[in-house]
Amino acid sequence: MSVGAPRIDVTVAEVVQVNDLIKRFRFVRTDGGPMPTFSGGAHVVVDMDDHGTRRMNPYSLMSDPGDVSGYEISVRRDEAGRGGSLYMHRHVTPGMAMQISYPVNLFPADARAKKHLFLAGGIGITPFMSLMAQLQPMGQRFELHYAVRSLALGAYVDRLRDAYAERVHIYVDEKGEAIDLKSLLSTQPLGTHLYVCGPKGMIDWVKATATGMGWPKNTVHSEEFLAPPVGQPFQVELAASGKSIKVGAAQSILEAMEAAGVDAPYLCRGGACGQCETAVVRCDGHIHHHDHWLSDDEKASQTKIMPCVSRFEGKALVLDR
Amino acid sequence: MGFEFNTETFRNDFTFRNSPRAIARFPFPFDRDDYMYSVNMEPHVPGRPGSVFEHAFDVDEHYLAEMRDRDLVLKEDPLRCQSLPHMEMAGWDLLELIMESKARDYPDWFELHRQGNKWHWINKPMQIEQKFTFLDSSTLPYGPMEYITRQTQGDFTLQDQRDENLWIEAGMVTTQADWSLDFDIGMGFHEWHAPVPLAHEKGVFDRALKFLLKLQHGAPVRRFNWTMTVDPLLDTSPENYPKWGPTRAEITPENVGQRMHLRVELQTLWRLPRSNAIAFPIRCYLIKFDELVTQPKWARRLHRVVRDLHPDLAAYKGFLRNRDTMVAYLSQYDDGAPTSPGWWPED
Repeated sequence: MSVGAPRIDVTVAEVVQVNDLIKRFRFVRTDGGPMPTFSGGAHVVVDMDDHGTRRMNPYSLMSDPGDVSGYEISVRRDEAGRGGSLYMHRHVTPGMAMQISYPVNLFPADARAKKHLFLAGGIGITPFMSLMAQLQPMGQRFELHYAVRSLALGAYVDRLRDAYAERVHIYVDEKGEAIDLKSLLSTQPLGTHLYVCGPKGMIDWVKATATGMGWPKNTVHSEEFLAPPVGQPFQVELAASGKSIKVGAAQSILEAMEAAGVDAPYLCRGGACGQCETAVVRCDGHIHHHDHWLSDDEKASQTKIMPCVSRFEGKALVLDR
Repeated sequence: MGFEFNTETFRNDFTFRNSPRAIARFPFPFDRDDYMYSVNMEPHVPGRPGSVFEHAFDVDEHYLAEMRDRDLVLKEDPLRCQSLPHMEMAGWDLLELIMESKARDYPDWFELHRQGNKWHWINKPMQIEQKFTFLDSSTLPYGPMEYITRQTQGDFTLQDQRDENLWIEAGMVTTQADWSLDFDIGMGFHEWHAPVPLAHEKGVFDRALKFLLKLQHGAPVRRFNWTMTVDPLLDTSPENYPKWGPTRAEITPENVGQRMHLRVELQTLWRLPRSNAIAFPIRCYLIKFDELVTQPKWARRLHRVVRDLHPDLAAYKGFLRNRDTMVAYLSQYDDGAPTSPGWWPED
């Protein structure tokens, strides 16, 4: 949904090797101005030109939301990933010009909570760093439980302990330490909200345990980024305008239509608003729906498509445009 | 800025008027000769110079008079301004947004000097100068939302976002088209839109909510809404219905041009950075029929829109009983000529 967001031209100000797996990047505005303030838990989408391949990966902001001099993210190297984290680790150096999106928050603190209980696993610590930085000066009550594989890979453990002292609880896997989740959840005051960010297994475990113990659904929050869709070039026929267009790997159907001079409606360009909804005249193949707009039934029927984000694979796709 | 602030009233003797400049820049909401609900949102980007779209928050000749009227409404009914405790951060976001925008867009009238959290705000038209500490409410005479919306035209609501919904949990509402903040506060999106006819069935609110939940900081959007109001009364509130409701029965062919007003709301929506809430400014513009028909395109078009509007909408907007009189008046200014697409009077 960050596709098409307003963007910020930035310069990489600093790259820090935090440990064997993690690097931290600091971005400042290229024009020297202040960054927009943001809310704890927000992320930005980093636009990468990976030797001709455009990659757009979301990363949680970990810096203090009140610090408008720059943004910081931490990137965990994923050797098996699609290449975004490897690009960040291998090729992004201080002084480089990049583009990032405006912050978007899909993991905000619930402003009504009496207490915030944060559970982090590994690199999932990053959104909690901005959340705690925002909540601390507001006098809000919070507690962090942070599971790491080893102390060497426990990014920011020392920094967090210094800043938040007894509110921080560290669990080291290789020492056999684990969060005693049931005890923890059974001793929380009324009005506590629970937040989890980490590996999928941890998120599922925390959510299932909380549900089983009767925590209301709207008090349990989680964030897990899915990898952005892989793009292969494909051909689209436009019935109304009588054109045939090629959609490039890093191009949306909407962009390809615009490049071909076809006046297509749009608004958010992010699969959310519905403005670009287009009827499918014929589909011999499979539409990869990436939008948050069409219902599951509509997606399955392959009779509608959101050209701003969705892609196609197969023999022929004809759109009513 | 090329104009002066009017001395005028929105009650009792109703001396409100639009100058020729204000008429020419009136936000006429119909881009075609008919009207039906739609999501009709577009990016709130700077528009034509001189138009109400030129700046993020339009300041016009009615500024001081509207602020005086707001103060009178609040003195009679303090519940027109409410903010639930968890919405204070959103109030600060709104204060920052408005102060930054006005200081940038109207540097002759407004100044904002920031040194860390020590802020210095100057509002020359209202003769206000305030030094305060950002995020410290004890340094302002009101809470942050009330403070800045006592200096800004239009109503404001602040929506918290959680549980895949928006919740109206703070607001300054004194220029409303017959809805009540005190009644709606705490409601979810579909709840506070429940009275609107026809649009639910069309899925308009499902789509609008889905869109707004993804609204991005730095990418505000806008839309129009409209209704009809007898006399230039800003405060057409349910609380005061006994005072203004009966005036609908006073419209005659002789007075319709003077007393019937097209009431247009320029609504904008902003994602707020610190709170992740959404600010919803609802800016009200009034124009009497006699003023509106000085623009031939608008006169023709308004005649057709009013004449052909679905009766449920005419009833909801409160002018079904006066429709015939309005149509008869407007028809004098409709020669049947085609109208050009879009809002602008001269295009």
